[in-house]
Amino acid sequence: MLQDYKGVMVFAEQRDGHLQSVSLELLGKARDLAEQLDTHVSAVVVGKDVSNLVNILSHYGADKVYAVEDDRLEKYMTEPYVKAVFETCQQVKPDIVLFGATSIGRDLAPRVSARVHTGLTADCTSLDIDPETKLLLMTRPAFGGNIMATIVCENHRPQMSTVRPGVMQRIEPEDRDTELIRIDAGLTDADFNVEILSEEVEQKKKVKIEDANILISAGRGIGGPEKLPVLQELADVIGGVVSGSRAVIDAGWLPKERQVGQTGKTVRPDVYFANGISGAIQHLAGMEESEFIIAVNKNPEAPIFQVADLGIVGDLNRVLPELTKNIAALKEKKAKQE
Amino acid sequence: MNIVVCIKQVPDTTEVRLDPKTGTLIREGVPSIINPDDRAGLEEALKIKDATGAKVTVVSMGPPQAADALREAYAMGADEVILLTDRAFAGSDTWATSSALAGTLNGLEYDLIIAGRQAIDGDTAQVGPQVAEHLNLPSVSYVEEVQEITDEYIVVKRQFEDRYQIIKVKLPCLITTLGGMNEPRYMHVSRVLDSYRNEDTVTTYTVNDIEVDHSNLGLAGSPTRVRRSFTKGVKAAGKVFEVDEKEGARIILEALEERFII
Repeated sequence: MLQDYKGVMVFAEQRDGHLQSVSLELLGKARDLAEQLDTHVSAVVVGKDVSNLVNILSHYGADKVYAVEDDRLEKYMTEPYVKAVFETCQQVKPDIVLFGATSIGRDLAPRVSARVHTGLTADCTSLDIDPETKLLLMTRPAFGGNIMATIVCENHRPQMSTVRPGVMQRIEPEDRDTELIRIDAGLTDADFNVEILSEEVEQKKKVKIEDANILISAGRGIGGPEKLPVLQELADVIGGVVSGSRAVIDAGWLPKERQVGQTGKTVRPDVYFANGISGAIQHLAGMEESEFIIAVNKNPEAPIFQVADLGIVGDLNRVLPELTKNIAALKEKKAKQE
Repeated sequence: MNIVVCIKQVPDTTEVRLDPKTGTLIREGVPSIINPDDRAGLEEALKIKDATGAKVTVVSMGPPQAADALREAYAMGADEVILLTDRAFAGSDTWATSSALAGTLNGLEYDLIIAGRQAIDGDTAQVGPQVAEHLNLPSVSYVEEVQEITDEYIVVKRQFEDRYQIIKVKLPCLITTLGGMNEPRYMHVSRVLDSYRNEDTVTTYTVNDIEVDHSNLGLAGSPTRVRRSFTKGVKAAGKVFEVDEKEGARIILEALEERFII
């Protein structure tokens, strides 16, 4: 019976004992959904010695934490994690299960949903409850981001979705009574059917501007290569990558693989900062489909302002350091709250 | 060794444009291609064939015109290509699609199944792992390198956002591959010609040729439904401020916070 399924559950993804930030974001969204459904929020956490994560999960919104603990679950492995989450779903019967759309969530959720025989909607950017049917409305981009689709799962439970990191908002941490419940998933050696021969954590990945979520882009208007550190400092604090226009690459200020535009790369980041870029048509062709475009330029007539969502007419060498400082201060404040 | 590669024919979404007036998709003239992650998977299979003499079978589910993608796979060097096409599959979500593909694989011999990580028109990354689930096989997603393969096992490099792992898995298993892991080969001209001259190049399967519970297929067998779809519409003109750096930085920070970037 569909009405036997209750509560909103979040897969709390941890790596090396640290929770992924998307999981806390999902708990925030789960609280919102649970309120609309008049139900509770739970988290399921899988790993080795992970029950100590219950406090942070509690602060960010979990009324219950289900823990599947086993020394063999220290590293993510598909089959045992699928079994752990599947068994938890079978025992708990949640109405909704949310996963972060990470390389782990996007591997785990498809198999869990198939084992349960329910639907799964990938990479959602918005979640809501239909006020009439109480169904979860799962909205996601498709067709290379050109269209949005709202998906429902009417006759199967739980309703499952993976959600993009960075789109949901975590709540302000607060104290609540949270129950820790251990789940026996019945894992046997046969479930550990792959062998991790080695693992390497990468400090710095090769720069691929087309994969960056945030690009801090330089045009000739920055003044000279000695100004690039101003952009790099902003990139560092915001988690972005520095790219440039053709003029900057031709002048040798940045390497060719950082070039945005018709003769460079087409990019579609969440945020594109055009700094001192006038906005030649060849440049616009490579970046105009960015989700949010911020332009900083001294010249109010620069064509870049016609495609920008937000434009600041001013000296980027003054605006950017100020912004970097403000973001750093805000992040520090948020880090203290955790 | 038998390798089965699952591919999808997709519209080249990088060529899709929005009508600036109506905000609707302009689909006309958009070329169809083999999905890039799948093409990389096919290339890996063909590399294994070159090294070991493995037999490579390619399966695609889609409308009749998806046969063109399979002819291309044949021309690249696949031994056998199978098109799974039937009105009964129309409207399939990833559960129904993976059920149909698993049903097809039930009737084939395989040691290794390769699927692309995700298709550029849907970006779900669900079908590969779900096929493995239906077949009760181990699976490894996000493979960026095949390091070793024997009759018993395969060693692959698995990518994560912040790390990679070298993973050894017993065969049979399923892997999903990342585009960009290799440079897919060109088609052989003679095989291109053969694929069109010879009407038997593409074997066509219908719903009656596969081993699957029919209630799991098509729109009726799909747990999910599209309630509505919409384009994001024509972009509204942005706002431009002529302010000092303190105010400028404040405005930008506020916009970033509103969009949860920070």
